[in-house]
Amino acid sequence: MDTGTKGETGDLRWVGLPGGLLTMRRTLLAFWCGLLAVATAVLLGLLVGPAWAAAGGFWLVVGAWGWVLLGRNWRSWRYAERADDLLISRGVLWREQTVVPYGRMQLVEVTSGPVERRFGLASLQLHTAAAATDARIPGLVPAEAERLRDRLAALGEARSAGL
Amino acid sequence: MTAGPVGDGAVGDGASGPGAPEAGGGGPVAERRLHPFTPLRRAWVPIAATVGVLAQQGDRAARWVADLSTLLRLVTLAGVLLVFGVYGFLSWWFTHYAVTDTELRIRTGLLFRRTAHIRLDRLQAVDVTRPLLARLTGVASLRLDVIGAEEKDQLSFLGEKEAVALRAELLARAAGFAPEEAVRLGEAPQRELLRVTPRELAVSLMLSLGVWAALAGGIVAPFFVWWISSSPWAAVVTLLPMLGAVWAATVGRFLTEYDWRVAESPDGLRLDHGMLDRAHETVPPGRVQTVRIVEPLLWRRSDRVRVELAVAGSKNEVLVPVASRADAYAVIARVLPGVDLAGLSYSGSPDTGSRWVVPVWWKGYALALSPEVFAARHGRLCRRTEIVPHAKVQSVRFTQGPWARARGVADVHVDTGANGTVTARLRPAAEAAQLLHDQAARSHTSRATARPDRWMTSPDPDA
Repeated sequence: MDTGTKGETGDLRWVGLPGGLLTMRRTLLAFWCGLLAVATAVLLGLLVGPAWAAAGGFWLVVGAWGWVLLGRNWRSWRYAERADDLLISRGVLWREQTVVPYGRMQLVEVTSGPVERRFGLASLQLHTAAAATDARIPGLVPAEAERLRDRLAALGEARSAGL
Repeated sequence: MTAGPVGDGAVGDGASGPGAPEAGGGGPVAERRLHPFTPLRRAWVPIAATVGVLAQQGDRAARWVADLSTLLRLVTLAGVLLVFGVYGFLSWWFTHYAVTDTELRIRTGLLFRRTAHIRLDRLQAVDVTRPLLARLTGVASLRLDVIGAEEKDQLSFLGEKEAVALRAELLARAAGFAPEEAVRLGEAPQRELLRVTPRELAVSLMLSLGVWAALAGGIVAPFFVWWISSSPWAAVVTLLPMLGAVWAATVGRFLTEYDWRVAESPDGLRLDHGMLDRAHETVPPGRVQTVRIVEPLLWRRSDRVRVELAVAGSKNEVLVPVASRADAYAVIARVLPGVDLAGLSYSGSPDTGSRWVVPVWWKGYALALSPEVFAARHGRLCRRTEIVPHAKVQSVRFTQGPWARARGVADVHVDTGANGTVTARLRPAAEAAQLLHDQAARSHTSRATARPDRWMTSPDPDA
């Protein structure tokens, strides 16, 4: 049972995030950028002059840029369950990879906020004895989040190690 | 006044889990009280608060007191003393502690009851401290460091002999001895490893740039404020907090680290130190998460080092305030058995990429790996080497910003249970990616050979 990771590194089975997270983030982005664009256009148009209403377009540019960024960021998130640890990789410009051995997990948490619930999503968070451990997988389908939680909890118990 | 409820488990409690085992024998657990000196200390807090309030409202209080006759004044004073005395007495009367096979229980509170169950197998360190006033009256306070323990979970005060005996008993039980044996065993024998002479400590403080910086700041800042604001009062106001900082960095440090002794016993390392306030710390085997070797610029010529350590849930930081490198390594060898510190070969960061990411300081970064530890070094003026045993690694992270990626370097962070992170900065990118996986595997396999939490028992086969 208690073996190191052997040979698994070669054929990692990476899993990406479901599309629901991207849809949620893009919807939120479109909503806020649209709102800001309209508000800016109306305010400037009324107070300064009708030509200034075009400044609202700034937010549309920001929105379009954010649209692309969100897509890239969403594609960068992925995780892999290995024999002895969970691997999470994320980030486009600032890349980060986290490895958490199952035996070190103190707590597995599934959370789902009101907006996430509306889009049928849930986030998974792992805690170890180190506060700096930042192992979070956002935007999972609830069934997958629960499967992962139960699996991690079972594996954590089997390989449990203290401080 | 009658005794409070003495039966065990009379109080609801949130600290222990539902599966917390009851006392081994099944019989009632003997509860004990703190030293009778304690009420004086407890009553002291509200008295100080009252005096503080009176001092703040000086004029009104004086007028109010002047209106009263002498008799009334005495009665008021007696009443106040009585109230606080009763408060101190009650809080002492309702504080009990008990040692069971698995836990130390502290039960306290008159109105708001609170029971803390401190699990002995989770014990990270035991400290017996004797502040100056307590030393004069022959009492000591005892604190068990476990993760999440609060300031009020310490037993203050106990009689000095009682505190030492209790520490011995707690350590013996935590080590896995049977209860009867634990009481009989008494203090484990100890062997002195290292002692820092006052002269050596004073010289080391003189040679530390931080001390001179604090002194210079403390002297210059008030004059600067005086010059700017042309009011001597403003200078005095800045002087006071500055004095505090200067005191802490110089004399305070000397007093705390005075007569520093490191001894070894089967219960782990014993650290005794302090001139006015004596502290006796015990770190059981296998509790140290990180060891840090600090080499300030001016110490390097004489090859002196300072050793710090991180233990989860404990405030103790210093292992050796100053010692020659060989002596310090001998002490560290007791904390991290089987680690050959002198044999670690550090490899620096690649100079082609690193110099553009972190201009001057990149030369200070280095990393060494052995089958037992992960050792990262940083700093150029004050060089710090942080050593983590693989078995203590909680998670491993790889990070790389855009600029570092363009230069082909990356950082690897290793998180430990004492809320610390040791970072190997600016490693070649391919090496860092490989290191991430290797480190995770190493931390996993080395845990299997680690000592059990109850260090005198044989290793648990399924742990």
